[in-house]
Amino acid sequence: MDKTVNDASRRRFLQSSAAVAGALVIGFWLPEKGGRAFAQGTPKPVHPNAFLRIGKDGTVTVIVKHLEFGQGVTTSLPMLIAEELACDWTKVKAELAPAGPEFANLAFGMQGTGGSSSVSNSWEQFRTVGAQARTMLVSAAAAQWKVKPEACKADKGLVTGPGGRKATFGQLAEAAAKMPVPEKVALKAPKDWKLIGKATKRIDSQEKVDAKTVFGMDVKRPNLHVALVLHPPVFGARVAGINAEKVKGIAGVTHVVEISGGVAVVGKSFWAAKKGRDALEVQWDIPEALKVSSDKLTAQYKELAKQPGPSAKKAADPNAIKTAAKTVSAEYEFPFLAHAPMEPLNCTVEFRGAEAEIWAGSQFQMMDQGAAAKVFGLAPEKVKLHTMAAGGGFGRRANPVSDYIVEACEIAKEIKVPVKLIWTREDDIKGGFYRPAYVHRVDAGIDAQGKVVGWNHVIVGQSIIAGTPFEGFLVKDGIDHTSVEGVSDSPYELANLGVTLHTTKSAIPSLWWRSVGHTHTAFVMETMVDELAAAAGQDPVAFRKALLAKHPRHVAVLETAAAKAGWGKPLPKGRARGIAVHESFGSVCAQVAEVSIEGGAVKVHRVVAALDCGVVVNPLTVEAQVQSAIVYGLSAVLQSEITLKDGQVQQSNFHNYGVLRINETPKIEVHLVPSTLDKPTGVGEPGTPPVGPAVANAVAVLTGKRPRVLPLSKGKWA
Amino acid sequence: MIKFFVNGEPVQFANDPDTPLLWVLRDNLGLTGTKFGCGRAQCGACTVHIAGEAERACSIKVSAVAGKNVNTIEGLTPSNPVVKAVKAAWVDKDVVQCGYCQPGQIMSAVALLAKNKAPTDAQIDDAMEGNLCRCGTYPRIREAIKTAAASLGGKR
Repeated sequence: MDKTVNDASRRRFLQSSAAVAGALVIGFWLPEKGGRAFAQGTPKPVHPNAFLRIGKDGTVTVIVKHLEFGQGVTTSLPMLIAEELACDWTKVKAELAPAGPEFANLAFGMQGTGGSSSVSNSWEQFRTVGAQARTMLVSAAAAQWKVKPEACKADKGLVTGPGGRKATFGQLAEAAAKMPVPEKVALKAPKDWKLIGKATKRIDSQEKVDAKTVFGMDVKRPNLHVALVLHPPVFGARVAGINAEKVKGIAGVTHVVEISGGVAVVGKSFWAAKKGRDALEVQWDIPEALKVSSDKLTAQYKELAKQPGPSAKKAADPNAIKTAAKTVSAEYEFPFLAHAPMEPLNCTVEFRGAEAEIWAGSQFQMMDQGAAAKVFGLAPEKVKLHTMAAGGGFGRRANPVSDYIVEACEIAKEIKVPVKLIWTREDDIKGGFYRPAYVHRVDAGIDAQGKVVGWNHVIVGQSIIAGTPFEGFLVKDGIDHTSVEGVSDSPYELANLGVTLHTTKSAIPSLWWRSVGHTHTAFVMETMVDELAAAAGQDPVAFRKALLAKHPRHVAVLETAAAKAGWGKPLPKGRARGIAVHESFGSVCAQVAEVSIEGGAVKVHRVVAALDCGVVVNPLTVEAQVQSAIVYGLSAVLQSEITLKDGQVQQSNFHNYGVLRINETPKIEVHLVPSTLDKPTGVGEPGTPPVGPAVANAVAVLTGKRPRVLPLSKGKWA
Repeated sequence: MIKFFVNGEPVQFANDPDTPLLWVLRDNLGLTGTKFGCGRAQCGACTVHIAGEAERACSIKVSAVAGKNVNTIEGLTPSNPVVKAVKAAWVDKDVVQCGYCQPGQIMSAVALLAKNKAPTDAQIDDAMEGNLCRCGTYPRIREAIKTAAASLGGKR
């Protein structure tokens, strides 16, 4: 190893937030309100400088309580504060909050990024922080000038007062920090907004373009070792024997450690650890019961789906379907899906005996902190967790069992040197915590006029929520709401809708995956409604509108998507349109997909989306999230699938776990529909559910066949 | 001892010659702008330039670059017209989301526009299809490449 090169890299340590200390001037913390009731008591109040710092140079640093993993919160949350603070937007910076109770997601009652809730839960809180800080700055100026605060005004980072007096926020910050925090502040009326609703470019673009953003993978620490873990070949299998003979001779390998989830090989570099792991021989104890095959699982699910399960929604008359003039019966199959974020999972840990420090791109900072503390036998506050920018996540970095965090901590505890655990892409694809496989069976009937008279719906699949801390409020009477969301609460006026759920158990770890239950329920609802429209001989848009008469937001997005896509207008030969509309995370999204069949495969040319997400905070990031959600959803619908044979995952990397590439990406148009709501609703996920059924409905027009097995690459289309 | 150049600077590497270039850049040189995404040239997050070509550093043994110059995202010359145009277009079109794949995307886009100032959609696809983005920034990448091409005087 070239020494000069090596040492130089070791000396380049990660910059800590301590570098900006000294600029701290204003800060306060707002007590939680409206949080759901499963948090461990009320967070302790008064953590100074929680959300906002104003430097003497006027720089406004907003502490963003949510993980930035692409969705744009390091721009949209500062916008909320800046709107009320009346600061100079060009002087606003963002910083990710560490683990801490003051950073709770008010919709969860604990710190966490998920459920498309980052902006909506911060909406009141962050604007209030901005208004309070502005009030304190104005009070400070008024006190200095011995005038009434009402005679002073704040704008663009400047407070002005009578007689031409003026002072910058930077000049006032220190005095403002000593002012009492006003309990009640008036927030601006929407007509006075200067930032909210205005297309605002991301704060983090330049540093990302210059590759200066430090992701978890990029963390540098002195004497940092790298660990790879050999996981069991079958979920739940245990180590029966370890032979590390061949590992010993590999230069740079320092430790082989058995941990709860497998065997770790630690080295001085990634490559040393990788070679060590490749050379490691482990015998596994694999009980027969763990050797699951996904095709057998699907067959079992299909058998179960023939009978109703425990009720999620009771039909007024389950036999009403017998009066139908026409019935449609269908069975749907959905595979396991991996999240596959671009940045493979990783976690850096320094365990120093009485305390520990962790660097991770975490969606659940406090849960991960708690899990780490448990491994070390420390109190949670002795574990400092730095939230790093994350290269995507889509739910995978929000794991109630903190799987890879625990692995890293177990290794660090054992070897007592700083260590970065890196999962390879193979570890990621084979590593479980998948969107579970599901089977649906639907029998639906219409009368002679095309009115839905009965709809019996059976869902089969494992629960994502059971056994997690969320069970208390998401599982009721044995029904995991996330297994049936989008069906049991369908806005469609469906007479005698009955929904039952068979909750299965398997050794395959499951997790929420961008849009959770809606990933499969929207597909079934929107293709079945489309099929009923065809059975009734009605236009799919008109048929939906009639069933959604009491839901103006749905009707508005349907009309916008249809109009912008040229619904009903002629298309080139061999192309067809399909439509779908779905509500999730408080928002409603309609999409029209324009599709053709090429060489037996489905090709998507254009997707037109219309979204009602309540108040739009930043149209640029909302548009980006809808594009993103569509690409993510299309990947799954067209290509992605995890299968298992005798317990072994058969995919390993992007060559056999297909995801969309640029040449497969359609033209995407996003239209934001003015909302009747006075607050923001979800943005990150609602664009994912409708794209699959919109494509499938177009395929049905082209081929006369209704796609019911995902991904579509499994079918030969003509 | 393998001698080569990174961003014009001489580098010596005396360890396993089979070490992928990516890990020499990241672990030994501390150049973390080149990202690990898949380890088998499937995702393009590790894209670097070797003799002007976009190459996947995860799948090139360090021994294979002996005597050659490797340019990484950190080594892009800010004043180079193509680099300037690409980065400006990326910011102007608000391309990035999580940003993890973007160094690789930018390296591929710079390599494309250095050779072809007016790429067609098909040529953009061809140059960029090796770079995955799970955030789905593809529509804006396409726009940004066209914007950069236009600012470089590329006409089509």
